[in-house]
Amino acid sequence: MFRRASRSLRTPFLHPRASFATRALGRLPNSQSPIVSQPHFFNSVTGSNEQIPAFRLLDGTGVPIEGADLPEIDEAFARKLYENMQLLPNLDNILYNVQRQGKISFYMTAYGEEATIVGSAAALEDNDEVLGQYREMGVLLWRGFGLDNVMAQCFGNHEDTSGKGRQMPVHFGSPKHHFHTISSPLATQIPQAAGVAYALRRTPDRSNSVAACFFGEGAASEGDFHAGLLLASTIPSPVVFIARNNGFAISTPSSEQYYGDGIASRGPGYGIDTIRVDGNDVLAVLTAVREARARSLDQGRAVLVECMSYRVGHHSTSDDSFAYRARSEVDDRKRIDNPLVRFRLYMESRGWWNAEAEEELKSRLKADVLKAFKHAETQSRCELSELFTDIYGGEEPWNIKEQREDLARLLKKYGEDWEPWRVELQKFKNKGQELSTK
Amino acid sequence: MTTNTLRSLSGSLSRAGTTATKTRISVSVRRRNATTATQTNPAASVEPPPAGGHLPSIAQSTFLKQTRDQALKTVGIKWADTELDEARGHQSSALGSGRETRKMNTYQAIRDALSIALATDDSAIVFGEDVAFGGVFRCTLGLAEEYGRERVFNTPLTEQGVVGFGIGYASMGMDGRTGKGGTAIAEIQFADYIWPAFDQLMNEASKFRYRSGGNFDVGGLTVRCPTMAVGHGGLYHSQSPEGFFLGMSGIKVVIPRSPLQAKGLLLASIRDPNPVVFMEPKVLYRSAVEQVPTSDYVLPLSSAETLVSGSDLTVVTYGTSVYRCEQAMHLLNNPPEKGAVGSNIRDAVKDWANHPAIKSNGKGKSPSIELIDLRTILPYDLPSVLQSVQRTGRLLVVHEGPVTGGVGMQLAGEIGKRAFLNLDAPVKVVGGWDTPGVALQYEKFYIPDEIRILDAMLEVLAY
Repeated sequence: MFRRASRSLRTPFLHPRASFATRALGRLPNSQSPIVSQPHFFNSVTGSNEQIPAFRLLDGTGVPIEGADLPEIDEAFARKLYENMQLLPNLDNILYNVQRQGKISFYMTAYGEEATIVGSAAALEDNDEVLGQYREMGVLLWRGFGLDNVMAQCFGNHEDTSGKGRQMPVHFGSPKHHFHTISSPLATQIPQAAGVAYALRRTPDRSNSVAACFFGEGAASEGDFHAGLLLASTIPSPVVFIARNNGFAISTPSSEQYYGDGIASRGPGYGIDTIRVDGNDVLAVLTAVREARARSLDQGRAVLVECMSYRVGHHSTSDDSFAYRARSEVDDRKRIDNPLVRFRLYMESRGWWNAEAEEELKSRLKADVLKAFKHAETQSRCELSELFTDIYGGEEPWNIKEQREDLARLLKKYGEDWEPWRVELQKFKNKGQELSTK
Repeated sequence: MTTNTLRSLSGSLSRAGTTATKTRISVSVRRRNATTATQTNPAASVEPPPAGGHLPSIAQSTFLKQTRDQALKTVGIKWADTELDEARGHQSSALGSGRETRKMNTYQAIRDALSIALATDDSAIVFGEDVAFGGVFRCTLGLAEEYGRERVFNTPLTEQGVVGFGIGYASMGMDGRTGKGGTAIAEIQFADYIWPAFDQLMNEASKFRYRSGGNFDVGGLTVRCPTMAVGHGGLYHSQSPEGFFLGMSGIKVVIPRSPLQAKGLLLASIRDPNPVVFMEPKVLYRSAVEQVPTSDYVLPLSSAETLVSGSDLTVVTYGTSVYRCEQAMHLLNNPPEKGAVGSNIRDAVKDWANHPAIKSNGKGKSPSIELIDLRTILPYDLPSVLQSVQRTGRLLVVHEGPVTGGVGMQLAGEIGKRAFLNLDAPVKVVGGWDTPGVALQYEKFYIPDEIRILDAMLEVLAY
């Protein structure tokens, strides 16, 4: 169903009138632009008044749409997809409430975007380098990161392998799972993805890997978005850019985020293959990202995938989205266009799933999540001395050393007496002893 | 010394210089208005000064190594092959006998360092705006031809993109055996244009190791950028932004003073396990010429160098200002026969010699000044500065960057805290004024020149 674009020959879109004029009037000396004799303004990458089409395979009730060419997947793979999708809301439900109880400081749910995240993860190879924004925990879980690591990071305890409790919840990272550590600033990962992919190209044994870079439609307004796509197309580097267009950047609707035809319209501006896909259709996302990955490797250049979805949850636990959108709008979207229901209905139609399996899965996932949560909740933080490690590689500068000693001195002096410190020290492994007894 | 004599000092480069001048003009034209054509006036018969400018006094500097012997005896120099010999358990010729040196200006020395970095590390790449043809300051001349366009290449005009790309590249373990990240040597065309990349440096590069608990680092990243004033750069080709990096823990900032220093410090920066912003004083690209060892060597980071030993006043500086301080010291020791400058100096020295405290100290008749090149701005070598000030009791810091929020005030605070009882005078900082930048026609009165430095020296000594 996809036409494989050749590496060097890409048919540029030509207006019918323009192609006629080309023969008559020739071309510009420093570009391939044909000459036309009439002013030709344009404001579309499709060449018509239609918006960029969105690729879909399953309708809202899980029935393949007319002409759909479903990817060949077996029951085991379908179950893996569904279980991973279903894991996200189960995890979100508990961690959202845990945050509300004040046990963790912050959380971001993925409600409504399960198909986009899990479908992409499934389309990638497990050693493709992932540079996420912050809502891509599902990719890590797909790769076997595990619930204990998720919980440890969210609680920032001493088992946090992502960052020793230095970052807010959901800032995961794992070299083993080829998942670069999340940082809060938006879009900074986008030009980095170009550099990562260029490194892959230049590393023996990694030339079959791509960088997969996730970001929201809001982040695509940042300068780093444009820098990143420009570099990954110009230098060129095999990056699959995956825009999660979920309709909102915190409270700002996408209609106020851009005036053009979404994020996809920008791809051709950078000369890269681009597709818009129904982000609530996991099979469509799977197919589109697989094809994007293949093109990216084949061309050695960036490819852009825009996944159209809807953020059912609030932006984060610091946000109440009903301040800027109606509860009924969210309920409607959940009912009419639910990525989980859509795929479940498809699986049921194949005889791969039923109510019993659903029940079993939900109670199993809930139990797994609760078990991990209960373990993480009781763990202490790292040693307090980790405050001063991992700043510089090699020799430690005098100021870091001196400031650590200064804190140690203060702990010795006030640590047991000053209530706010005494209480806080109890949360750390060794209770700050490694500093204050030195 | 005329422009032409200086150019002949840099050997066979007069031809390259002409081309470079033309190109650099077109670069600044593009900067101002990206849509205008890059025309130069073919009728102009007088060649404009190179964009890097000239600082004639540098040619007489005693800090530049005029002979092979001087160059090979450079303090703190570490030969790469010696390290290899030691690793292999061989006896090594530590003094560098039998090594070659060549006369180089700063851009040639930087080019030499980049070439060595590319030759000794397959993962190394050199990239940035206009890098492939040799760079607007010629620092990458011929590297693309020598090492291929895959490793030495142009980027589009996007500073945040250039640094972000470098961070991504350096974050990848490219060496299967050591897991060492890629070596990314990025060029920002002028320090004045580093601001779009400030977010990538501050929020990404500096925190990369810390935020990942040591899982990831970008130690292989080096960001080179030309810095400081040249006489005609105005607001946007003269900035000295190093002060803004003082709060960027996790990053190192290095500023060399000469060709030999630039080569050794750049190679050390490239190989350091931390991201480094390497700022090259652009007036030194052509004006500073010295004998530079041709082999692979490094000079230590976070290590200040005492250029002149003295007992009465510590002067700390870096980059171009090193030579202005040298000139000021020369004036102090050789006051002009006539005029206000000479009489001021003679009066001040007389007062100094008659000062009861000085007399009782048994110090010399004329003040003796200790000059320190800080070299690394972050993390800077406070112990060396402190040790010196504890001996001299007086501190003057000189730099081109603005006084407020600058390196001078940082040092003044630390020294005031640690050497309060050793100080005989308040710490003095001479820097650029706190105007929003280096105003074009006013530059002579913005940059601390010899006379401002001299005046500050006399003031601190007289306290």
